Amino acid sequence: MMGLAKHGDLNLTARELKRLEKERLKQEKYFTASQWRLMWRKLLRHRLAVISFVLIALLYTGALFAGFIAPYGLEDYSGTYSNAPPSKIHFFHEGEFVGPFVYPYEIAYNEFWEKVFVENTAQPYPIKLFVKGSPYKLFGVFKSDVHLFGVDNANLPPGKDEVRVMLFGADQLGRDLFSRILIGSQVSLTVPLLGTFISFVLAVVIGGVSGYFGGLIDTVIQRIIEMISSFPTLPLWMALSAAIPPGITVTRVYILITIIMSLISWPGLARTVRSRFLSLREEDFVLAARIAGVSNFKIIIKHLVPGFMSYLIVDLTLGIPGMILGETSMSFLGLGMRPPATSWGVLLQECQSVHNIANHPWKLIPVLFVGTAVLAFNFLGDGLRDAADPYK
Amino acid sequence: MGTLWPAISVTQRLHSKNPYKGEVVMSETILKVQGVSKVFSSKKVNIRAVNNVSFNVSKGETIAIVGESGCGKTTLGHCIVRATDVTAGSVIYVGENGREYDLHKLDKRTMRSIRKDLQMIFQDPYSSLDPRMTVFDIISEPLRANYRLPKKEVEERVKDAAARVGLNPSYLKRYPHAFSGGQRQRIGIARTLVLYPRIIVCDEPVSALDVSVQAQVVNLLKDLQKELDLTYIFISHDLSVVEYISDKVGVMYLGKMVEFAPTGELFKSPRHPYTEALLSAVPIADPTVAGDRIPLEGEIPDPSNPPAGCYFHTRCRYCTDKCRTEEVELQEASPGHFVACHRAEELKLKGIG
Repeated sequence: MMGLAKHGDLNLTARELKRLEKERLKQEKYFTASQWRLMWRKLLRHRLAVISFVLIALLYTGALFAGFIAPYGLEDYSGTYSNAPPSKIHFFHEGEFVGPFVYPYEIAYNEFWEKVFVENTAQPYPIKLFVKGSPYKLFGVFKSDVHLFGVDNANLPPGKDEVRVMLFGADQLGRDLFSRILIGSQVSLTVPLLGTFISFVLAVVIGGVSGYFGGLIDTVIQRIIEMISSFPTLPLWMALSAAIPPGITVTRVYILITIIMSLISWPGLARTVRSRFLSLREEDFVLAARIAGVSNFKIIIKHLVPGFMSYLIVDLTLGIPGMILGETSMSFLGLGMRPPATSWGVLLQECQSVHNIANHPWKLIPVLFVGTAVLAFNFLGDGLRDAADPYK
Repeated sequence: MGTLWPAISVTQRLHSKNPYKGEVVMSETILKVQGVSKVFSSKKVNIRAVNNVSFNVSKGETIAIVGESGCGKTTLGHCIVRATDVTAGSVIYVGENGREYDLHKLDKRTMRSIRKDLQMIFQDPYSSLDPRMTVFDIISEPLRANYRLPKKEVEERVKDAAARVGLNPSYLKRYPHAFSGGQRQRIGIARTLVLYPRIIVCDEPVSALDVSVQAQVVNLLKDLQKELDLTYIFISHDLSVVEYISDKVGVMYLGKMVEFAPTGELFKSPRHPYTEALLSAVPIADPTVAGDRIPLEGEIPDPSNPPAGCYFHTRCRYCTDKCRTEEVELQEASPGHFVACHRAEELKLKGIG
């Protein structure tokens, strides 16, 4: 009986065997998965982190292709559209479908003698893809004047101000807020990245030295770190940005601000590196490597650095929101980027007056972008933290 | 200079091994631990983790070091493989060429050439394997650190080591997280074997494993010892494992060696009250035998502030005034049986078996 049953089993399971084999391969894949692959798998299971990751990717794509996606350039102003509300996009003109289009705004005054914008519904101005507009340089290299979308002004009567589509409305000088947010994100989203990179290098070197040598060097470095991190950030920013001479180029200001941001944020990271170093140094596998005759340098490169790298990435991700907020608040206070350069903080400068917020609430839209970016980085960091140690 | 690999291959070593192991009276000393002390000091306290410990190890034998936690047995093991430096004393290793090397006085280059002869197996199979390296990388790491071998040869030696510990060569591509504790410990053993060491310090190699797996690993260690003519320093607190695997046993208390004797003799007729107490705690697998355990009262004294006289007097039930005041040294009570007790001659202590 037993033999028969066994035999029967073997025959029956041609398909079953395939399934088992598939399962085995899947398991083998898990067994041979490296730390990063395990982290990736764990991260993918964190729904919020994945959504955040997609959002962040979208934001950065926007910043990368800002010149192309934005319908207008940074400096394209228009007297007519000063403080114009977001454009209404219509599809039907006189009951007839003509695709997306806008009506031109005309200025009128209400009974309180306040300026109001009225749509002139005489003629539709269609929104088209790949419209020629103001010139820009993609990635700072490729010259072009084609924009992703824009208003076709072919039917514009001569002598009239050109019709614009302004998704998020306009500022005081009639500049398109949508375009300026995109172009501003080039600063607001890259300063944190560069800043974290610089503070990462500082942290690894200083924290590593502190953790590896210990003793007096460690004590001195730790006291310095405590001093720096006990300093209130706002006065420090003010002092440092007061040191930026007026009238230097935008690029220089950008670099200086990045450096200021990273000088303030490295101490926390250096602490993390040091503590990871200390705890990993005591691990048995490090002792095993030492007993096997592996050199100190190789131990650091092969065991210690990969060991704390995942934690460091978490800390870096969680440090970026702080930098985004830092840059925004610096620029908001007029200590960071200065017009004509722009960033989300610069855009919010107009919201310093209640009058603006009350009458032109769309000028607060950059806040949404700041918030989205900050939250997305926080959630991604959260997911990364859960995934950072896949061996627990 | 130590012997250069591959002056003697594994198979050669197999043939050179004395087939009448255990019956040979005169044996060749391979390691001499002489008055080793290790003091850990911080600003206020000095802790004597290991206090003037001496013993000799013959080639091919297994010396067990037992004692409760915190008695300094792991530190002693670390001193033997020079994972930490000794404060005083010396560890003398007799190389394959018959030359003696004082491990703690060697210059870096000679130490590098000798390193591979003395290896270590760790207690925790989880923390002793880097989770970020594949099993192949883990086992081959010592090879790559010590020799410049062609890739193929590294592969061969790793596969050989893996096969010796019963590890499927197809598992080499996996990461440690794919394995259970017992298998991980096998990986750890393979990592030490790949260098063809002569002495292996086993730091509680089975205490983190399930009992069923313990036996497998202990038997594996025993088989490897026979095959490769290895010498073990077996650090443990599990007396039943010790009885099974070791030839001689050293009992440590508060950093000091209190008794050192051949296993059979130590278990049958211990001469130190501490050993007696330890032995009385070994469970006997017979419900009809009423075990009378000798409870040790109180905690192990603070090692930074050890008691005067015999360190064990605070918990010893045979304690006299002499024990409280006079220090006691390890002395040879009978041939091969060393004990550190003032009353060793007069006491009749109970063993097991």
